[in-house]
Amino acid sequence: MWSGRTLFVAGAFALLAGYPLVAGEYGIDLVTKIMVYAVFALSLELLVGTTGLVCFGQAALFGIGAYAAVRLSPAYEAANLLWLLPASIVAATLYALFMGALSLRTKGVYFIMVTLAFAQMAYYVVHDTPLGGGTDGIYLNVKPALVLAGKPLIDLDRPLVYYAFTWICLALVFAFLAVLLRSRFGRALAGIKANEQRMRATGFSTYPYKLAAFAISGAIAGLAGFLFAVKDGFVNPELLSWHLSGAVLIMIILGGLGHLRGALIGAFAFTLLQEFFKSEAVFGAFSKHWLLGLGLTIIASVALLPRGLVGVPAQWRARLVGRRSGGRS
Amino acid sequence: MDLAFFLIQTLNSLQYGLLLFLVASGLTLIFGIMGVINLAHGSFYMIGAYMAFALAPIVSGTFGGGFFATLVVGIALAVAFGYLLEWAFFSFLYEREHLQQVLMTYGLILVFEELRSLLVGDDVHGVKAPDWLDGKIPLGDVMTYPVYRIFISAVCLALAAGMYFVFTRTRLGMMIRAGSTNREMVQSLGIDIKFLYRVVFAAGVAIAVLAGMVAAPISSVYPGMGNQVLIVCFVIVVIGGIGSIRGALVAALLIGFVDTFGKVIFPHAAGVLVYVLMAMILLWKPDGLFKAG
Amino acid sequence: MSEILLRGREITRRWGGLVAVDAVSLELERGGVHAVIGTNGAGKSTLINILSGEIAPSAGQVELLGTDVTAWSQPRRARAGLGRSYQRTTIYPGFSVFENCRLAAQARHPRPWAWWQSAARCEVSSAAARDAAGRAGLGDVLDRSAGLLSHGQKRQLEIAMCLATRPQVLLLDEPLAGMGAEETERMLALLADLKRGHAILLVEHDMDAVFAIAERITVMVNGAVLASDTPAAVRGNELVQAAYLGGHA
Repeated sequence: MWSGRTLFVAGAFALLAGYPLVAGEYGIDLVTKIMVYAVFALSLELLVGTTGLVCFGQAALFGIGAYAAVRLSPAYEAANLLWLLPASIVAATLYALFMGALSLRTKGVYFIMVTLAFAQMAYYVVHDTPLGGGTDGIYLNVKPALVLAGKPLIDLDRPLVYYAFTWICLALVFAFLAVLLRSRFGRALAGIKANEQRMRATGFSTYPYKLAAFAISGAIAGLAGFLFAVKDGFVNPELLSWHLSGAVLIMIILGGLGHLRGALIGAFAFTLLQEFFKSEAVFGAFSKHWLLGLGLTIIASVALLPRGLVGVPAQWRARLVGRRSGGRS
Repeated sequence: MDLAFFLIQTLNSLQYGLLLFLVASGLTLIFGIMGVINLAHGSFYMIGAYMAFALAPIVSGTFGGGFFATLVVGIALAVAFGYLLEWAFFSFLYEREHLQQVLMTYGLILVFEELRSLLVGDDVHGVKAPDWLDGKIPLGDVMTYPVYRIFISAVCLALAAGMYFVFTRTRLGMMIRAGSTNREMVQSLGIDIKFLYRVVFAAGVAIAVLAGMVAAPISSVYPGMGNQVLIVCFVIVVIGGIGSIRGALVAALLIGFVDTFGKVIFPHAAGVLVYVLMAMILLWKPDGLFKAG
Repeated sequence: MSEILLRGREITRRWGGLVAVDAVSLELERGGVHAVIGTNGAGKSTLINILSGEIAPSAGQVELLGTDVTAWSQPRRARAGLGRSYQRTTIYPGFSVFENCRLAAQARHPRPWAWWQSAARCEVSSAAARDAAGRAGLGDVLDRSAGLLSHGQKRQLEIAMCLATRPQVLLLDEPLAGMGAEETERMLALLADLKRGHAILLVEHDMDAVFAIAERITVMVNGAVLASDTPAAVRGNELVQAAYLGGHA
């Protein structure tokens, strides 16, 4: 029952839970950010890894969730988490439905480009119109609080509390997706990725399934956006940029497509790589050009790790077996 | 809006559309014929613009050449660069899935941007048009129009005509068109498909670089220019139909008009209009306006 | 006269100036195999695609179990009892044989909203899967990955996935393609067994198989029906001999 995979995931979450005990302020902030990205990556994994829909516009859903969190909050008092969180998720889901309903009419490369275009639409709306509040971004003055029956329960301003809150969200999303992927709906999505023609020939109307996948993915991305916005109290239009859409795609490829834990691994690996290349301690003045290292890493990882980091143990095992049987003569 | 203004904007739309066509044609060719999505295509445009800036003093210093000499040197360098790049990098992408191509060429964008940053810096530069093209010509009584912009349109049209000629009237063009529909067949006929692809790729790069060089005097030279043009070019290729040069032309002109007039009439919505247009066209024709060829 | 389960009336399909299918009518009866033969380019694939719902006809109607389904999508027809196998193996290569069949069966019992229920525990689709796989002769290899099957076994899986949806009409596109003698025997035995409950349309090139198993044969040339009759009559038909059978008996 406890396969290697489950142990790995359980272990990872346990480590994450225990990390604050040994980490400093910077570490807690960084890992909180990584966990938010992990939620974001999981949302895209559902679309790309499970259903085979390569969406190049996921940042729009993330950004809309983030902007909703800020825009819907009252100016100088704390919003109640109980309605702000669902509202942000709903905002992102609505755009996901819009984007999905129209994009799903296209296929292949056209689909990739159309999703990019819809994301760009959202980007420009946020960037150029009053809805976005300006190209420099807007601030969340007071973070939302969980208020039940008039009593404030959680103070999200404290980093440790926010860390725990993010950890819980990540764990819930992971668990939800794990269950979803085992269900009939999840298997249908996998079937659509494996061979949509056969799905239709057996009697599945595939469009509603894909649209539903879009909606769920949008909701999760919106949640990630909410978490991001509330963490730093600041959002700007770059949260909807296609660079971020590209980054989250890279996260799931780097981690390993088709595996939920790949999204976790990828979010960690990518963010840590970014921090590594940005660090002046390692690269000195050259750290200004951290994108170069990142670009080369992306190229190398796609070329050399076709199954992502998740596939590395299998690749090693294959090589070991090859070496062993080759050694015996 | 009076007639003069309308006329100016129309000419601007034409010029912008034709310039976009130049860049987009390379993109649609490379995708249509080799099946490779190249996100780094916008970078070639950016490289062209920076070359116009960086090469000008070198060319004039070394052999006293002016604007056109710089263009020639730039094109030559671009062809060589494209040839090398195909051999070293892109030839490995042909067999890969689209998603992998997207990501690898995305990594390439980052590499190009940073290399440019290292070599030439991040500053914004202006490039001066050659004196004899720098004036304005009168259009009717009341208004004038910059000569250089007409020059750009002329260059783009000339190249478009050249491309049409090569594709439809030459053996090379025939081989290219055949190679896009049936690779194995072309190979079995003894035509070196690898060489063909390399030539097509180098041509695509050179055209994009030329577009950047030619556009530099009016658009100025700045770091993000490659990415901006890239996204628009993808919209053009998708609307026009992947692999269709004719489609790229029609779509580019369409976008040129929508964007130019949009900026004037709805300044706030200008950025969005192009994408709204794309969404509408794709809903009507999910495979683009034209078929490949 | 047994029940007519699928009827095609004057089905026509034009692509620009080309007429791919020219006013073809046919009927599929329960308990019989109706074979469609013809050279490459005769329009057989287009015809089967129109019957299954993947292509819309330019003219004509398709009737399934008495209902006009011409405007129905392929999934809708499949749910109404129309099964289809493909010439090019169309399976889920990464899944086990069992999961291939179970997922196919799930189409009749989709329950997409029950997100907390594990699909593997779905008794309805699991039972249908085991049933279909067994009938197609794959009962021993349920756990094997479909991608690792032999060619013949993959063709069996093609059929099994059809059966998993418990269809009444089966459209089989060259199920014998690429099979050796022994595998062909097995497949023909399976088809003979399947005849009993179903109406089967069989597009095939293997003439011996066709004449062995079909109750009715339609010969297509250039998109139109050249002859549609019992095997004996078709064999004796001079036009057919000239156009297609090439003088073979």
